[in-house]
Amino acid sequence: MGGMIRRLGDLLAAGWLMWGPGKAGPLPWHGACVVAKRELAAYFATPVAYVFIVIFLVLAGALTFTLGGFFARGQADLMPFFSFVPWLFLFLVPALTMRLWAEERRHGTIELLLTLPLPQWQAVVGKFLAAWAFCGIALALTFPLWITVNVLGNPDNGVVLTGYVGCLMVAGAYLAVGAAVSASTKNQVIAFVLAVAICFVFAAAGSPVITEFLSNRLPVLAEVARGLSVADRFGGFTRGVISLRDLVYFGSFIGFWLFVNAVVLDLKKAD
Amino acid sequence: MAALIEIEKLTKRFGSFTAVDEVSFTVDRGEVLGFLGPNGAGKSTTMRMLAGFMPPTAGTARICGADVVENGVEAKRSLGFLPEGAPTYPEMSVSGFLRFTASIRGFSGSERDDRVALAMAQTQLEGVRLQPIETLSKGFKRRVGLAQALLHDPPVLVLDEPTDGLDPNQKHEVRELIRRMAPTKAIVISTHILEEVDAVCTRAIIIARGKVIVDAPPRALEVAGQSLEQVFRKLTLGEAA
Repeated sequence: MGGMIRRLGDLLAAGWLMWGPGKAGPLPWHGACVVAKRELAAYFATPVAYVFIVIFLVLAGALTFTLGGFFARGQADLMPFFSFVPWLFLFLVPALTMRLWAEERRHGTIELLLTLPLPQWQAVVGKFLAAWAFCGIALALTFPLWITVNVLGNPDNGVVLTGYVGCLMVAGAYLAVGAAVSASTKNQVIAFVLAVAICFVFAAAGSPVITEFLSNRLPVLAEVARGLSVADRFGGFTRGVISLRDLVYFGSFIGFWLFVNAVVLDLKKAD
Repeated sequence: MAALIEIEKLTKRFGSFTAVDEVSFTVDRGEVLGFLGPNGAGKSTTMRMLAGFMPPTAGTARICGADVVENGVEAKRSLGFLPEGAPTYPEMSVSGFLRFTASIRGFSGSERDDRVALAMAQTQLEGVRLQPIETLSKGFKRRVGLAQALLHDPPVLVLDEPTDGLDPNQKHEVRELIRRMAPTKAIVISTHILEEVDAVCTRAIIIARGKVIVDAPPRALEVAGQSLEQVFRKLTLGEAA
């Protein structure tokens, strides 16, 4: 298992290295890659990874086939699965991120990591990328669902693919929020609860309950709420549409929270 | 040539409490500075600021001419730092951990392997190279932290209590190691073991309540038949009275 993970890490690092400009000298992304590789390996060195993946797969499968009515719908697509993933991530992703900086503080390794010659933002990005890659692995392991629909019928595999991309985007958004919250507190329980709460605000912002309530009173805010909603943006992906607007939304959402993470870390690292 | 470590009026305040109060000193190549003081005197805080972990409230610290705040990455390249308590990632193996820090420092391939092997040889870690760090004793963990600080052969070494938790033989080994490296480096070690200052340091700074109260060679402190311990007690307790 360890060997496989290491190879996977190498592969990811190689991918990032190719994006880096110039071949000679230390690449600008080098530090982030090394941190990400170490982090990803650390997930699998502890039970965190296995618990997360097993719970995610069991819940995703169970919800898809029971509440989602996978068979009863009579349609060969992954819509029921995709409709549950953001809600599963709402609880599982903060569980993953709550330890991100708290653990470094507990072991004192934050002092080691931040006195190594790498810019602080690279430590932030490296940790985020590792957690994101980990969510990617968890999502990839739902492949039996994809095989099932292909055996049962002729789904539009393009839509399935964009749905998975959407799931990854939602995971990235929640991870960025969770990581920033984790940098702000030593207490893992507080980090978890706060991250769930903030992610819930963005998940539910576009739901009819909220938008109707707002549009009756403050129509402008209803528009804003819909614009900020993670669920609304995700909806496009599940219908097979990858629009530039949605990508920019997720990109700037993640970028914003990573920036918050770096700032908070700088302020609170020595606490 | 400028000193390898230059600290000027370094100050750290936590609210109204001043942990480090206008500390200034320089360390040249070939010097081993012993940083002494009672617990809570500001030793670790000074070292953290010097290592660029904690931003100073006022004053500057430079390593090989690079300001630790303005030009942090550059300064950290020339620095080997052993933080207080020698923190390491518990789930990693000794060699895995050292390879990680070597990679961040920009080493790869056979050069990285050579450096990791040399650092493990210097700190006698070969026997446990594949063991997870969490299974090791306190002395071994301390040496893993030390190996990490030595790995890139930095011109400046800042070691916060490098011999804490080691048995007498290991203490001796670490002191020998520091002595061997001393001529080519600027080294700062903090300790409360006074004999250690006698054994390895060319200079001692005693700090109490955030202020430098003595900066002299250890021999100069032992005046008129008083041991270093008596001098230390007199200076650090005398101020409080």
